[in-house]
Amino acid sequence: MSAKVTASTSDPQSDAGLPDASGHFGIYGGKFVAETLMGPLAELEDAYLTCIRDPEFLAEFDHDLQHYVGRPSPLYHAKRLSDELGGAQVYLKREDLNHTGAHKINNTIGQALLARHMGKQRVIAETGAGQHGVATATVAARFGMQCVVYMGAEDIQRQSPNVFRMKLLGAEVVPVDSGSRTLKDALNEALRDWVSNVDDTFYIIGTVAGPHPYPAMVRDFQCVIGREARRQSLEQIGRLPDALVACVGGGSNAIGLFHPFIDDSDVQLIGVEAGGDGVETGRHSAPLNAGRPGILHGNRTYLMQDDDGQIVPTHSVSAGLDYPGVGPEHAWLKDNGRAEYVCINDDAAIAAFHQLTRVEGIIPALESSHALAYVNKLAPTMTREQTIVVNLSGRGDKDVQTVAALSGITL
Amino acid sequence: MTNRLDCCFSDLNDAGRCALVTYVTAGDPETAATLSIMHTLVAAGADVIELGVPFSDPMADGPTIQRASERALANGMSLTGVLDLVREFRNDNQTVPIVLMGYLNPIEAMGYVNFVGQAASAGVDGVLIVDVPPEEAADINSQLVANKLKQIFLVAPNSSPNRIEDVCKFASGFVYYVSVKGVTGSKSIDADEVSARIKQFRQRLSLPIGVGFGIKSPEAAAAIACAGDAVIVGSAIIEIIERHASDRQTMLDHIKSFVGQLRVALDTARAA
Repeated sequence: MSAKVTASTSDPQSDAGLPDASGHFGIYGGKFVAETLMGPLAELEDAYLTCIRDPEFLAEFDHDLQHYVGRPSPLYHAKRLSDELGGAQVYLKREDLNHTGAHKINNTIGQALLARHMGKQRVIAETGAGQHGVATATVAARFGMQCVVYMGAEDIQRQSPNVFRMKLLGAEVVPVDSGSRTLKDALNEALRDWVSNVDDTFYIIGTVAGPHPYPAMVRDFQCVIGREARRQSLEQIGRLPDALVACVGGGSNAIGLFHPFIDDSDVQLIGVEAGGDGVETGRHSAPLNAGRPGILHGNRTYLMQDDDGQIVPTHSVSAGLDYPGVGPEHAWLKDNGRAEYVCINDDAAIAAFHQLTRVEGIIPALESSHALAYVNKLAPTMTREQTIVVNLSGRGDKDVQTVAALSGITL
Repeated sequence: MTNRLDCCFSDLNDAGRCALVTYVTAGDPETAATLSIMHTLVAAGADVIELGVPFSDPMADGPTIQRASERALANGMSLTGVLDLVREFRNDNQTVPIVLMGYLNPIEAMGYVNFVGQAASAGVDGVLIVDVPPEEAADINSQLVANKLKQIFLVAPNSSPNRIEDVCKFASGFVYYVSVKGVTGSKSIDADEVSARIKQFRQRLSLPIGVGFGIKSPEAAAAIACAGDAVIVGSAIIEIIERHASDRQTMLDHIKSFVGQLRVALDTARAA
């Protein structure tokens, strides 16, 4: 196993020692962008490396996570669900209880503080389901920054409540009509905005993808999830869990949970991709399961692409997982075997959505429902003494219209 | 054989002329039209043809070239198809240099060795991979060098002196100066600012410097004809193609007229 590649950074949060100084996780990651962005990325990296080692910056970040986001989020023992599954004890890491309803805000707080440190007055973001857009618009409102959110025209249709929330928060939401009119196209458009307005603009990327330093930076801001979960497991269970399960689109909630456990080799790490209609149909969003490595959005990673290297349309019932790439650190964890990546189809995710809602009184996001659906398979294969921590990365209020429509109900 | 790009720049330099580099996306508005467009560009006075390899996610391009890429992909254009086009063009034209411009993923999908070998035998002279900065260039560059193909790199208004030196490690043929912070086809450029920056670059760069992104008219081309070794025009030509996509002859006539005006503007500016 190559998990311990030479550490090139003394960053206490980069405990696996990666990425290397040039932003690579093995062959993955890197900085595949046009020259115009190399200067701004270098400036961002400098600011980030300064701030992440600055006790004052970290103290302010922690303060905001506690008092504005509401951290630490609980580690909740889902007893009825565990009993129903009849195997391992299932614990939910309750990121759904964060301000704005998902893990996304951990990262936007960190990047907004960084933007302020760099003197940038304007922030931009891309969004798929709208959760990252809302989390960005929220911190922009709080810091008094101008905010522009790029969102695929297709996603604007299916996530209208979040579009309205962003507008309430003062953000301008720009529909993206190019390409497949979804998250990947919103990301292209945000990169174009950044390249044209680099002097006053900070680009808040919402996941652990994009060019270096974004995958490392977003991970480090999201690692609060795993650090808390690790401490809470020791306090509440008396030992580390046997398995961690999280959904993977770009993969920020998963890496945030996994990363602080990477050196705990007895803890199994399982990422759950969106199988859509089934990997065999081609209508899915599972690059780690059914894609191959390539270059998109500034990094080398597993991609959904055709034989000519064109990115192909993706599908998932959950807009937040509907992305043809995945963070490069996940690509690396897959290849070196430290983490395992599985698939859950739309119908199983929706069943898990209903199950948690009825058994525990918690409405999960459709993204998180993919992780729950895999727990439904995994838990019965384990003993009652074993434990699974699943990242409940977001709440499902935003999805009630989608779920109603699937049930033939118009709200 | 000496590389066509080197010959081209050396001849133009001896003649005191500024090179005219014209960009079109292969397969736009349809595959069969591209070959006629390429010959028309040459007949109207283009010195170098940049042939765009369409990609589904052209993040450094503006809406005009993105739409051209989408049309080309809808027509089934691929990197293999682009190489076929170059082979066909070379049946009738063995002198005008061709630079492929595109993104890395289609090249990765084909494989570096396979792509570079085919490009060399098809008659490609240089490759500009927009999303490959010097930091990520070593692997593909060694293949290109081994096959005597030039790798063209971008430099930007915000490229530091250190970065210019990084670019020099791998760049050959010419260097492409992105004259505005933005995407292709952006707002018009400031000729004085561009001239000042190019003067600075010349202290560190021995290669010819082409100026592109945001040059839309003969007047704009003339304004930088004396500062740069080449002027690169793309989106303005794509707009003509887009406007007259349904009428091939009218499209070719307009391209010929526009490129002819660019040619005259460059030569007049240099003669003045």
